[in-house]
Amino acid sequence: MTDTTANAHFFQKEEHHEHHGADHRPGFFARWFLSTNHKDIGTLYLIFAITAGIIGGGISGLMRAELAHPGIQYLPMWAHFFGAPAGNDAALHFWNVMVTAHGLIMVFFMVMPAMIGGFGNWFVPIMIGAPDMAFPRMNNVSFWLIVPAFTLLLGSLFVSGGTGNGAGTGWTLYAPLSTSGSAGPSVDMCILALHLAGASSILGAVNFITTILNMRAPGMTLHKMPLFAWSVLVTAFLLLLALPVLAAAITMLLTDRNFGTTFFDASGGGDPILYQHLFWFFGHPEVYIMILPGFGMVSHIISTFSKKPIFGYLGMAYAMVAIGVVGFVVWAHHMYTTGLDVNTKMYFTAATMVIAVPTGIKIFSWIATMWGGSISFKTPMVWAMGFIFMFTVGGVTGVVLANGGIDNYFQDTYYVVAHFHYVLSLGAVFSLFAGFYYWFPKMSGKMYNEFLGQAHFWIFFVGVNVLFFPMHFLGAQGMPRRYPDYPDAFAKWNAVASHGYEIMVVGMGIFFVNIIYSLIAGPKAPANPWGEGATTLEWTLSSPPPYHQFETLPIIDAGDLHDRHDRRPPDRV
Amino acid sequence: MKSVKTMLIAAGLAALMLTGPLSAQPTAAPSIVTASPAATATAPGSGQSPQVVGSADAPTPAATGSAAAGQPAATPAKATIPQFYQPEPGIGQPTDKIALQTQVTALGLQAEWFHNVILMPIIIIICLLVLVLLGWVALRYNRRANAVPSRTSHNTAIEIIWTVAPVLILLAIAVPSIKLLAAQYAIPKPDLTVKVIGHQWYWSYQYPDNGDFEVVSNILTEDQDKAKGEPRQLGVDNRMVVPAGAVVKVITTSDDVIHSFAVPAFWIKMDAVPGRLNETWFKVDRPGLYYGQCSELCGARHGFMPIAVEVVTKPQFAQWIAANGGTIGKGKPASSDATVNSPISNPTAATAAPTPMAGAPSTPTETATAPAKPVGQPATTN
Repeated sequence: MTDTTANAHFFQKEEHHEHHGADHRPGFFARWFLSTNHKDIGTLYLIFAITAGIIGGGISGLMRAELAHPGIQYLPMWAHFFGAPAGNDAALHFWNVMVTAHGLIMVFFMVMPAMIGGFGNWFVPIMIGAPDMAFPRMNNVSFWLIVPAFTLLLGSLFVSGGTGNGAGTGWTLYAPLSTSGSAGPSVDMCILALHLAGASSILGAVNFITTILNMRAPGMTLHKMPLFAWSVLVTAFLLLLALPVLAAAITMLLTDRNFGTTFFDASGGGDPILYQHLFWFFGHPEVYIMILPGFGMVSHIISTFSKKPIFGYLGMAYAMVAIGVVGFVVWAHHMYTTGLDVNTKMYFTAATMVIAVPTGIKIFSWIATMWGGSISFKTPMVWAMGFIFMFTVGGVTGVVLANGGIDNYFQDTYYVVAHFHYVLSLGAVFSLFAGFYYWFPKMSGKMYNEFLGQAHFWIFFVGVNVLFFPMHFLGAQGMPRRYPDYPDAFAKWNAVASHGYEIMVVGMGIFFVNIIYSLIAGPKAPANPWGEGATTLEWTLSSPPPYHQFETLPIIDAGDLHDRHDRRPPDRV
Repeated sequence: MKSVKTMLIAAGLAALMLTGPLSAQPTAAPSIVTASPAATATAPGSGQSPQVVGSADAPTPAATGSAAAGQPAATPAKATIPQFYQPEPGIGQPTDKIALQTQVTALGLQAEWFHNVILMPIIIIICLLVLVLLGWVALRYNRRANAVPSRTSHNTAIEIIWTVAPVLILLAIAVPSIKLLAAQYAIPKPDLTVKVIGHQWYWSYQYPDNGDFEVVSNILTEDQDKAKGEPRQLGVDNRMVVPAGAVVKVITTSDDVIHSFAVPAFWIKMDAVPGRLNETWFKVDRPGLYYGQCSELCGARHGFMPIAVEVVTKPQFAQWIAANGGTIGKGKPASSDATVNSPISNPTAATAAPTPMAGAPSTPTETATAPAKPVGQPATTN
């Protein structure tokens, strides 16, 4: 029923005789700056995301260094280095700037571009058997909007944000801290950066929805579509519905800041809590935007390396749809301490816990996919299995935090920091690494080094757990978030966490060594390095795929794949 | 098919485990125990205690007080405001233990029970279940142990089980969760109302039932903490003082950005939002000193506006009120509606003349604060 397998043998033959004339590439500038090719744009997105990840991860390193010991050690030096005005407050403000920048960079400029822009662009068209995205030029606009967005965000670090240089509002940009609380152009630059990044994502979402709904290969019904394409489809709808709300909210911030409106200013009849409702109406779907494509990737990887079809394919697809739908009606669980009334809190408690059900279906279906399989523990697979466990840990602490009566203890403590890093840094990022290793041979045409990949996984795995698990303990003792200094009772676990960061950095170093080594000296990758388990269409193409793929569309067949050897596709030209 | 049966059994067992022993003790269950003093990590005078940025520039009380709103700091000069309790390791302040902070309110105990007895066992069991299943498939179904993969991709029964079992678990969580919420919002008739106002970057506490005086509460410097034996980062010059055994209604608001009033030992946290009056409550029977910290990002010194609530006996409370020039049981102040005055429109809330009472009992800990004075430091917000 849900077999999405295509006939590798057949397409290889097609590609060979099709691509003598069609494979001419434009020159360097036209190819990389005026690109309309989904694979090239995907590559640009991945390079961009890795760059942003290095910056965002570097900032978290600065924060862990400062937090390694009680007291203030480095902040004044760093603030001075970034050109902040002298003084204690400017230095402390720089802490908030780092918190803000780390959050915004990792969310908007690392995870989203990598998941949707990078892997989505690269593999959604190929997986559904399309030659390219529906709107190739708009695809290019999407990418080239996010570059100035990132430039604006980085530029905001060097102009005044009120108490010191940079925007120190947290990634949530809560009013009134982001309005009357932050004079100077820095927050305006952040808001415009988010506008551009949001526009980029909306264009991308329109492109993905159009592509997936209209350009699937003949015979590929939605119920035969690979789960990664499903995940990107759901994600694109979330983006399309959520991002305009963010755009509205931050536009109101902008006019409150600059044009005298008082949407969020009580002295003019506004309400700061309105901003939080608007922000989290976007913000909660946003967390699913960051994780759903990861779900899709992990499904393929688990299936590939277990040599089994996905268990409960339809359940998996509709679990993602359910997560997306319910994700829109749980936003106020981020606001339990803002003074919601009791009925509101009861509703959001109950609604939030409902999300655990489709998430549980996914976790168990992944395990059932492995059950009875013939598993080979290649690097992508260990990342995917690490993802399943770490995401479970992050998920169950989410169930704890869902309880409104519990959250007024944990709200804004390190328990929350631990929770969302387990689902993002150990969830989304693990799935990104899994996908990167899984598709690296396809994208680059070179095999990565298996030993380095395994070393990367194990060191990173130990590092992030040592880094983030103690944060549960800090949160249980009430350590608040976004503090550059803390009572000495928190010293022990903070020191442990900072050591965890050091371990993690070693893992990341191995990752970069692996990429560089493999790109230069890696052995040539075959079309399908993973064997019979890899059944989606990208493995039917050469590695790397031809510049234009599927000039003759593949036919997806519901029948048994062994029947297909002798079937000819209809002539579509 | 055999493997699917095995799975069914495993999942069934799991469901039993999950719905069964809710009374299992979590590993991290703290009970109400007084931590031995040695356990505290707040060893005074730790040799390498780091500098607060530029000592002259440190967030001293005098510099922080009343900077933002330009209103006069209200602490009466030279008044001898008694402080009755010393910080107590393990109670009302963080430790480095793997546990929740010791709870001292009935609601805190109820929430702690819900967390330790219901939630923690459930989530630990779920994590262990997933870990065991992953370990099992890794051992049993790796390439060497199982060369030929099955082609199973559906099993309606097991899919129903792993949909329904989580629903039942969530119901088991939801019932006590909703009960806890209802209890938290069932505010008994308050014996005392304290209006808590967040400022960049300090707290002030107004006592509308006691003559409407205001206490301004600033962080102590590291040296002052050391001198008074308070934990670094948590000590304040003037504490919020409430009587033991009284239902205290806390009304939070702010006069600049959003802050959040949090005392972990009471299990309360309520945002202080400009233009809004939020309400929460607590009732603590055990006198003592309980710390909290601002819990909503509020600007540069967000990490430097701690909360200290001192729960005292009724006579001590009367003494403290008198020292602040307030009144007890004399009816409402002139403005019976004092609690809803915004701090901005009511800047002189604390003008009650402080008259240190003759013969006021000297206490071991006198306020070590310098007289707060209006400082001409420009507001950082436009």
